[in-house]
Amino acid sequence: MLFLIGVAVATAPLAGPLADRAATDFRFHMVGHVLSGMAAPLLIVSAAPVTLALRALPAEWARTLTRLLRSRPFVVLTHPVVAATLSVGGLYVLYRTGLYEASMQQPLLHLVVHAHVLLAGLLVTFSLVGPDPAPHRAGLAVRAAVLVLAVAAHNVLAKLVYADPPAGVAADQAMTAAQVMYYAGAPIEIALFVLLGREWLARDGRERSRGCGHPAQTAALDEPVGDRQ
Amino acid sequence: MARPGRNLAAGLLLGLGLVAFVDEVVFHQILHWHHFYDRATPEVGLVSDGLFHAFSWFATVAGLVLVSSLRRDRAFWSRRFWAGLLTGAGFFQLYDGLVQHKVLGLHQIRYAVDLVPYDLTWNVVAAILLVIGLVLIVTTQRTARGAAAGA
Repeated sequence: MLFLIGVAVATAPLAGPLADRAATDFRFHMVGHVLSGMAAPLLIVSAAPVTLALRALPAEWARTLTRLLRSRPFVVLTHPVVAATLSVGGLYVLYRTGLYEASMQQPLLHLVVHAHVLLAGLLVTFSLVGPDPAPHRAGLAVRAAVLVLAVAAHNVLAKLVYADPPAGVAADQAMTAAQVMYYAGAPIEIALFVLLGREWLARDGRERSRGCGHPAQTAALDEPVGDRQ
Repeated sequence: MARPGRNLAAGLLLGLGLVAFVDEVVFHQILHWHHFYDRATPEVGLVSDGLFHAFSWFATVAGLVLVSSLRRDRAFWSRRFWAGLLTGAGFFQLYDGLVQHKVLGLHQIRYAVDLVPYDLTWNVVAAILLVIGLVLIVTTQRTARGAAAGA
C-alpha cells in the first residue's frame, strides 16, 4: 500500500497537471522535487521493497538480488555519506549551475534529472531508515549526523535559491519555491528523525531488558543464582 | 536508579528544540518579525542557521525519545530534566541573540524599529533562563551525589 502510494507520488511530477505546470513554473517544479526526492522515497522505502521482492521472487532470482545487495557498488552507494552527497549535492548542481535551465529545454535531460532526484532520494532514505535488511548498515550515530548535515545543506540551498535564483527563473517564483523547499521538506525530515529515534528506543529497550545497559546489573545477572543468597 | 545524565541530556536537547520551535512559529510565522532571509546575510550566517535548524529537529526528537526511554524505565526525574531544559533553552536563545543576530548578522529580531529594547529583552530573558537552569543543575547534582553515596 505504502509502496503504491509512493510510486504514484513519484510519478505525479512526471505526468499530469503538476508536470504541465512545472514545465513553466518553478514553484510547481519545486513541489515536484519535494514529492519525488523526499516524500516518494520515504513511502517506498518504508514499504520494505527488498523484503517483499525476496519473498515474492523465485529462489533463483532472489539469490541474484541478494548477491547484488551485497555487491561492492551497492554497499558504497548505500553508505549514508555517499547517498546524501549524491542527493543533496545533485540539487546544488541542479540549482547552482546552468543545469536547471538546460533541463527545461531538453526533455531527455529533464528525465535524467528527475530519475536522479528519485533514485538518490531512495538511496539516502534506504541508507538512513530502511526497514529492509542491510548487512553493511552504518551505525545510528553516523546516520543521525549525516541526516543533520544533509538537512542543513538542504536549508542553506533553499535560502541560496531564494536570494539568487537559478538561471531562467523569475525572482518571485524562486522566493516562493525556496520556501516550499524549506517548509514542505521539514515534515519529511522530522519523520526521518522520528524513525531513527524509534530504532534507538527499541534497541535501548532490548539492551535494558537484557541488562546490558548497566555493567553492575549485568554482573549481578551473570552470577549463579545460588551464590547470591 | 535516577539516571542524572540521561535526564539532563533529555532536558538540554528539548530546551534547544523548544527555542528553535518558538523562534520559527512565533517570530517567523505568527508575528512575521523575522525574515526568511534578509539578503544581508553573509554565507557563514546561512550555514550556521541551516545547521541550527537541522540540529534543532534532531534535538527535539532525540529529547523526546530520551524522555520516553526514562519513563519506560521509571527513571524520569523532573527537577533534573527541567534543569537541562532551562539551561539548554537559555543557552541557545543567548547564542541566537548574540552570535547569530549580532556577530553573524543573520537577521534581526524585528525590522524598521529601534532594536535596542528588543535585543535587551531577548538576551536578558535568555540569561535568566540560563541562570535558573544552572542553579538547578548544581542543586540536583548534590542530590544525585548524595543518593549515590547513600546507596
